[in-house]
Amino acid sequence: MAEWTLFEVFVRSKHGLNHKHVGSVHAADATMALENARELYTRRNEGVSIWVVPAAQITATAGDEKDAFFDPAEDKVYRHASFYKLPPEVDQM
Amino acid sequence: MYAQQVDTGSKSLKTLDEMGPEERHFQEKVNAETKIEPKNWMPDGYRKTLIRQISQHAHSEIVGMLPEGNWLTRAPSLKRKLQLMAKIQDEAGHGLYLYSAMETLGADRDEEIEKLHRGEVKFSSIFTYPTLSWADMGAIGWLVDGAAIVNQVPLQRCSYGPYARAMIRVCKEESFHQRQGYEVLLTMMREGTDEQKEMVQDAINRFWWPSLMMFGPSDDNSPNSAQSMAWKIKRHSNDELRQRFLDQTVPQLEFLGCTAPDPDLKWNEDTGHYDFGAIDWQEFFDVLKGHSPTGIERIQQRKSAIDEGRWVRDAAVAYAEKQKASAA
Repeated sequence: MAEWTLFEVFVRSKHGLNHKHVGSVHAADATMALENARELYTRRNEGVSIWVVPAAQITATAGDEKDAFFDPAEDKVYRHASFYKLPPEVDQM
Repeated sequence: MYAQQVDTGSKSLKTLDEMGPEERHFQEKVNAETKIEPKNWMPDGYRKTLIRQISQHAHSEIVGMLPEGNWLTRAPSLKRKLQLMAKIQDEAGHGLYLYSAMETLGADRDEEIEKLHRGEVKFSSIFTYPTLSWADMGAIGWLVDGAAIVNQVPLQRCSYGPYARAMIRVCKEESFHQRQGYEVLLTMMREGTDEQKEMVQDAINRFWWPSLMMFGPSDDNSPNSAQSMAWKIKRHSNDELRQRFLDQTVPQLEFLGCTAPDPDLKWNEDTGHYDFGAIDWQEFFDVLKGHSPTGIERIQQRKSAIDEGRWVRDAAVAYAEKQKASAA
């Protein structure tokens, strides 16, 4: 298995939905990775489309989830609709 | 169950005050039910325990295909053959989800499989028993997969994210296994000849105790449970899960019109649970050491599957390289 590439698998479960990471497979090449992913992750109609990406090609944030990396989003409450209070007369918006 | 007697390497539990800042932060996350992910800091013991448990679990799924493969060519109808093949393919899938989860901890799949072949790591005791008749396929689906479900449902909430997510997929598929097994037995009991009905009872007699042993040693002989529970890898004690399995299984057994090979099995009004007889733990420890002829045969089969399949893997790599070269 060591000589095979590790691929991450993303499946679109229904038309109109986004692809979602479901797991990984080892394969000799991308075509085989798609076939392996079909056998492993869509045996019961779980998908209409599959992406496979070599795991080594993915760049990810590191460390704990409460990382400084995400700090800029912490103090910007005005980006949320609930920050803006509307008079009851206007009701829903 | 699929992972039994997983060594945590720890003798006593540390309190939060006894931990360094990193371990303390880790334990507080675990206590708060925040999932631990591959890139997060984790204690060495936690990582090693998970690798041991997940690899043993994965090996069990893969070895678990062998007793069923034994009956593929002799399934009584095409329908049963297709069902059995689908179940076996699921077990392969479960093994792969689990090996992937194990790899996120930095373990190498080939190396862990080598350890299995060298006898350094175990697979579940349940797969060291031979499958002697077609009714065994029913008994395994119903009892063995049934016990597996009881064990795996709480593992969906395991503190380690990749393991928990693999378990969610596994549990979704596992209930088909149990139902098909029970249906195999029910059909034999309802429509079968006397001889076929005897086969059902015989299969239950042989798989009853081994299924109860799947949950691992009793709580007073389970030295690793406390640490595994503190890390929230494990959520319930072995005895608690064993009792849960028994309580749900006995009514199904009665509906089949069969009996358990346990004269002490009876409903206890006071506790609201079934009482049952003493488990022969010597047998459990013996088979777990791989001392049974079937256990030895399973490992040989696994090894030869890898060795004899080498040319297929080599050919796949050669083909991929050729495709790459011709595309360039």
